[in-house]
Amino acid sequence: MHIRSGHMVGHDAIQAKGWFGAHKWLLLRRLSQVFFLGLFLVGPLTGYWLVKGNLASSLTLDFLPLTDPYVLAQSFVARHIPELTAILGAVIVVGAYFVVGGRVYCSWVCPLNPVTDLAHWIRQKLGFKGGARFSRNVRYWLLAMTFAVAAISGTIAWELVNPVSMLHRGIIFGFGIGWLVVLAVFLFDLFVSNRGWCGHLCPVGSFYSLIGKVSVVRVSAAGRSKCNDCMDCYAVCPEPQVIQPALKGTAPTSSPLILSANCTNCGRCVDVCAPDVFSFSTRFAGQSDQAVPNSQHQIGEARP
Amino acid sequence: MSRRQFVADTAKTACGIGLAGLALSLVADGAGAIAPVAVRPPGVDDEHAFQSACVRCGLCVRDCPYDTLRLATLGEDVAVGTPYFIARAVPCEMCDDIPCVVACPTGALDKDLTNIDDARMGLAVLIDQETCLNFLGLRCDVCYRVCPLIGKAITLERRHNERTGKHAEFIPTVHSEHCTGCGKCEHACVLEKAAIKVVPKDLAKGQIGAHYRLGWEEKAKKGGELVPGIRDLPDRLPGVE
Repeated sequence: MHIRSGHMVGHDAIQAKGWFGAHKWLLLRRLSQVFFLGLFLVGPLTGYWLVKGNLASSLTLDFLPLTDPYVLAQSFVARHIPELTAILGAVIVVGAYFVVGGRVYCSWVCPLNPVTDLAHWIRQKLGFKGGARFSRNVRYWLLAMTFAVAAISGTIAWELVNPVSMLHRGIIFGFGIGWLVVLAVFLFDLFVSNRGWCGHLCPVGSFYSLIGKVSVVRVSAAGRSKCNDCMDCYAVCPEPQVIQPALKGTAPTSSPLILSANCTNCGRCVDVCAPDVFSFSTRFAGQSDQAVPNSQHQIGEARP
Repeated sequence: MSRRQFVADTAKTACGIGLAGLALSLVADGAGAIAPVAVRPPGVDDEHAFQSACVRCGLCVRDCPYDTLRLATLGEDVAVGTPYFIARAVPCEMCDDIPCVVACPTGALDKDLTNIDDARMGLAVLIDQETCLNFLGLRCDVCYRVCPLIGKAITLERRHNERTGKHAEFIPTVHSEHCTGCGKCEHACVLEKAAIKVVPKDLAKGQIGAHYRLGWEEKAKKGGELVPGIRDLPDRLPGVE
């Protein structure tokens, strides 16, 4: 993508809506990340056990079981029939993400997201360009690979190296040298590949994107007739390929809803758009105004 | 994208993923064994099955009232994130209600275990008979005294003290049909390094050949001679013609 020279991403939105207006969803998202990590930390720090366990499986207020459906699915493939508590926990988690969006896990809960976001931010500040480029579908190959190894080895093998659980468990139960794995992901995103981990590789995210294929809450480019082609949404989006079909759909019946499974509902496009093209909606929302086909830019995958 | 490009890209991805899968398999293979000093919580029968079932949530760790259990971190010789304890540091107190097993959401710790005396976390072995004080003829007896199944899992077997010629030795003897592997003996051993240690059952136990029959048991089972009419010749002592 080509960013206008001298143009700061988000500048127009700050002018139009003020700094807080142009960072509302980003701030909420950071609060949410701190909140969910905090829930798990209250117990170990104060002795009042609000939530026990970690993201793999937890018990809230000695009542509500929650289990990561991806880990449980691997366990199942490794030929263990889990107990009802874990299955119930996984069903609740799947149900919740079915409503709010599959990859909401990635942008609102996952503790690794601030790490890779930081790498991306530094990358932009320092003007790093290029790096390894590979298909965003590699993550689905990796997802399939983790299940294949689980089946062949009869163990939940991915959890031996998974940086997401390594980080979350490390913060709550102690790291050992597990932080090295997290550092590796950070350096990979910083130096090797832009948005490399969360945007191309992570099988946890790709698993949750399977729920995202059918989940309810969606970002909608409902005001797409107001789009002034500033390209800021492509610049901030961690999965920019998801925007175009909704924003620039040319067919008369094209939906303004971002229906791609890999939209993480992070809401940065909502923040950064000065004319307020984007808003949160549901997949059942009706039609809105027509897209204005973009004639000036050839929009491929954004590469900020 | 040309067909040639598509085939090349697909082959590249497949090779990359294949290599990643191979690497992960090797890691999984290496993590299959647990360090001999590490002991699993109650309700783990088979290490391999455990690694298919444990999601590494740490709920067992949280519900252990004695802070015995901990989750392995990267760099330890235990599959990362899985619960274990080091008996010499903090042994299992063998709670009657087995809270760690109750807390497990997946069944990695088997809920069929309802009596803690049936737990088989490992097996105590008096591994160094050269430093054990009781073997030296002293009356330490500490491992025997602290054993939650005193007189069953560990007994003191009396034998003659050949060194003094007039005293008895009381040899601590572990019985695998009762030992739960709780590790209280190893924890309590008064030596600088414990002479009695809890080790994985597989490491500790021998196994008789499947074809092997113990004559006296077979005889008792049959209730008489196994080969009727066999002539029993007199045993000859060496040097006696």
